[in-house]
Amino acid sequence: MATFKDFRNSVKPNWCPGCGDFSVQAAIQRAAANVGIEPHELAVVAGIGCSGRIAGYINSYGFHGIHGRALPLAQGLKMANRDLNVIASGGDGDGFAIGMGHTVHAIRRNLDITYVVMDNQIYGLTKGQTSPRSAQGFITKSTPGGAIEPSLKPLEVALSSGATFVAQGFSTDIKELTALIEAGIQHKGFSFINVFSPCVTYNKVNTYDWFKEHLTKLSDVEDYDSSDRDLAMRTVMEKEGLVTGIIYQDKETPSYQEKLSGYAAEPLVEADLSLSESDFEALVKEFM
Amino acid sequence: MLHQLSWKVGGQQGEGIESTGEIFSMAMNRLGYHLYGYRHFSSRIKGGHTNNKITVRPTQVRAIADDLDILVAFDQETIDVNYKELTEKSIILADAKFEPVKPEDSKAPLFAVPFTEIASELGTSLMKNMVAIGATSALLNLDNKVFQSVVDEIFGRKGEEVVKKNMEAIQRGHDVMSELLGERVGEWELEPADGKRRMFVIGNDAVALGALAAGSRFMAAYPITPASEIMEYMIKKLPQFGGAVIQTEDEIAAATMAIGANYGGVRAFTASAGPGLSLMMESIGLSGMTEQPLVIFDTQRGGPSTGLPTKQEQSDLMAMFYGTHGEIPKVVIAPSTIEEAFFDTIQAFNIAEELQLPVIVLTDLQLALGKQTADPFDYSKIEIRRGKIVESELPEPENKDYFKRFENTDDGISPRVFPGTPNGIHHVTGVEHDETGKPNEAPGNRHIQMDKRFRKLDFLNFDTPVYVNAPHEEADVLLVGFNSTRGAIEEVQERLGAEGVKVNHAHIRLLFPFPAAEVAPLVAGAKKIVVVENNKTGQLANILKMNVGGHDKVASITKYDGTPFLPRELETKVKELLD
Repeated sequence: MATFKDFRNSVKPNWCPGCGDFSVQAAIQRAAANVGIEPHELAVVAGIGCSGRIAGYINSYGFHGIHGRALPLAQGLKMANRDLNVIASGGDGDGFAIGMGHTVHAIRRNLDITYVVMDNQIYGLTKGQTSPRSAQGFITKSTPGGAIEPSLKPLEVALSSGATFVAQGFSTDIKELTALIEAGIQHKGFSFINVFSPCVTYNKVNTYDWFKEHLTKLSDVEDYDSSDRDLAMRTVMEKEGLVTGIIYQDKETPSYQEKLSGYAAEPLVEADLSLSESDFEALVKEFM
Repeated sequence: MLHQLSWKVGGQQGEGIESTGEIFSMAMNRLGYHLYGYRHFSSRIKGGHTNNKITVRPTQVRAIADDLDILVAFDQETIDVNYKELTEKSIILADAKFEPVKPEDSKAPLFAVPFTEIASELGTSLMKNMVAIGATSALLNLDNKVFQSVVDEIFGRKGEEVVKKNMEAIQRGHDVMSELLGERVGEWELEPADGKRRMFVIGNDAVALGALAAGSRFMAAYPITPASEIMEYMIKKLPQFGGAVIQTEDEIAAATMAIGANYGGVRAFTASAGPGLSLMMESIGLSGMTEQPLVIFDTQRGGPSTGLPTKQEQSDLMAMFYGTHGEIPKVVIAPSTIEEAFFDTIQAFNIAEELQLPVIVLTDLQLALGKQTADPFDYSKIEIRRGKIVESELPEPENKDYFKRFENTDDGISPRVFPGTPNGIHHVTGVEHDETGKPNEAPGNRHIQMDKRFRKLDFLNFDTPVYVNAPHEEADVLLVGFNSTRGAIEEVQERLGAEGVKVNHAHIRLLFPFPAAEVAPLVAGAKKIVVVENNKTGQLANILKMNVGGHDKVASITKYDGTPFLPRELETKVKELLD
């Protein structure tokens, strides 16, 4: 059986030293090993930005696509091969700005893939502009007077979009993060995992220390029940989104592929392409 | 007896105009006639003038008739908008209910027929369409039995009583019309047809069936006129073959999802029109750069922006030719008949996999939605070719090296493995990359990969890139077109030929890479080249000049009012250019 080392490759990440993304990469590698899959049974599909490079840093099939489009690519791939483990990944700009439309609809659709967002509240690769996750008043190159727009609230958005799995992690807590990703992979449906992954170069406000000071672990909250959506929404609002753990999970609702009628139980990639002559003649006859 | 009949039914959208045309056409098809339909409709659900013009004859027809022989009108607007197409030999049948008025300068007589009244007597005014069909039947001297099997098929599910009532409506329409006409009964009788039943399809159905026959099992799409029928057909059929359709949030997701599925090893595609294609430009680039197959249908309509969403145009040519930033190899195909639409779709899927690049199948609204007869497709001609897919077991790589998915081969085509394959792990990226897919921006590598990607086009295997009908070694004129102008050009070639003008015809089926070698001798062998197209700027003419030359003798006939060319107007324009 594969260990997390088998999910490592020889490529040296080009992230800044201290970047939160290193831990996200490690957590995905550990989670994949923990759920007992082989490297070739995993595909990591990523968007564009610092975080997007993650598809090339894990020893698995990897697709580094277009800015904001990791989710459509990942969903298409999963439709082609329902036996494959598909993890989509990207940054907060990727998932909550340019790709926000896809994020909400992927959540609604509930295909059985895992989506890990590396949320650093800033645009790093383009060298420090505001992100939809930047707090109001946050000063960046594109908001010299401080961000005017309120910060987007991904957990509330996910919960109100019909998510069946919503979690949030923090990149220094690899143990918790690994467990969240593992649970996400095992969840039968779309699992949305937002990860606070600090940018050590361009975000001097939301630092590791800042998160340590502000985050609450849901495992420490008495009587927290992750199957209770109302409680989840209330808690997220009360704590202004600064919680970690599994926020909500609906284990009952079947995934999109399970609900589809006529969709083959075998992966489509293995299907025979040709139509039989009798099937074809019948199709032609319908037009006569 | 007439060799060709042109029949039009018109009224308010949502009034059953479509089904009136459908029932008439089905009956004529069953008698063995060839049909070519043209729908006029607007971008709204109910209301607004709509009409359905059907050209019928015992021989092949691919053009809309110049004139109109029979106009069936359910409102005054239908008469006012369409009477100018009528001649002295034509006739207007109008529902007496709206007290129709014959325009003063109408060359054709008007008969007010109690369509609605008869239908109401039979139980429901909805059957007025059937009464109108019966009246038409009298003009053509048809035996009403022709309609029995059609009515059975359409209304059979609703029970025997409904079938009986509808047949009665047809009979009553026939009787009342015969009475009104007197001795003119049967004046519009057509030469007999061969009795052979053909397919009666729109281009969208032909490409959808083509996709199914090509082995596509996944489609992602966003609704748009005039492409939606392709998605609707796949939604009906794919589940029967284990596949699925996802209606996406937008066309960006549609095209990108199709790329994801192709990467996964499934023949996947999307279909849209101009506005959707604008959104797909980044996907076209991604497909080209990452060498993932992608098939896109662009059913052209009037642009730019929202433009003329329900009208004919051929103005996406340049966008498809050049579209996406940067440079990628791609293939653009433009079928012009129902049969080509079907087989070119299969070619598109084959080429997309063989060359691992985006293939755009360009159609236009008239081909996409104009319903026409076609001989049943020949199953034995369906061929599936998938190119370099690795079938054998792969050896374990040393030091976790990636599989060389972008290997610099002689033909530029690298072996493909699908995710899930043991020992095939590699990286795919839209960033410039090396043979294993790792990002690599070095100048030397850039040349290698860029040249490799473009080299693939030299190995394109496309059957019949140009439809050629060139009987003359030295022609007075070469008419050039693409997509649905085929029929009008064919008619003009025939008519001018009868007058002694030497006309050759080339219809471009493979637009990119442009088949210059096939077209150049035709250009050389003609005194004048006339490029016929439904756009403002003469896009195909420019592409022809760019690839073949002949600048001094290339002229354009363009039309961009939203309607297809009629043979006579084209004939007149060609003659003007020849004078």
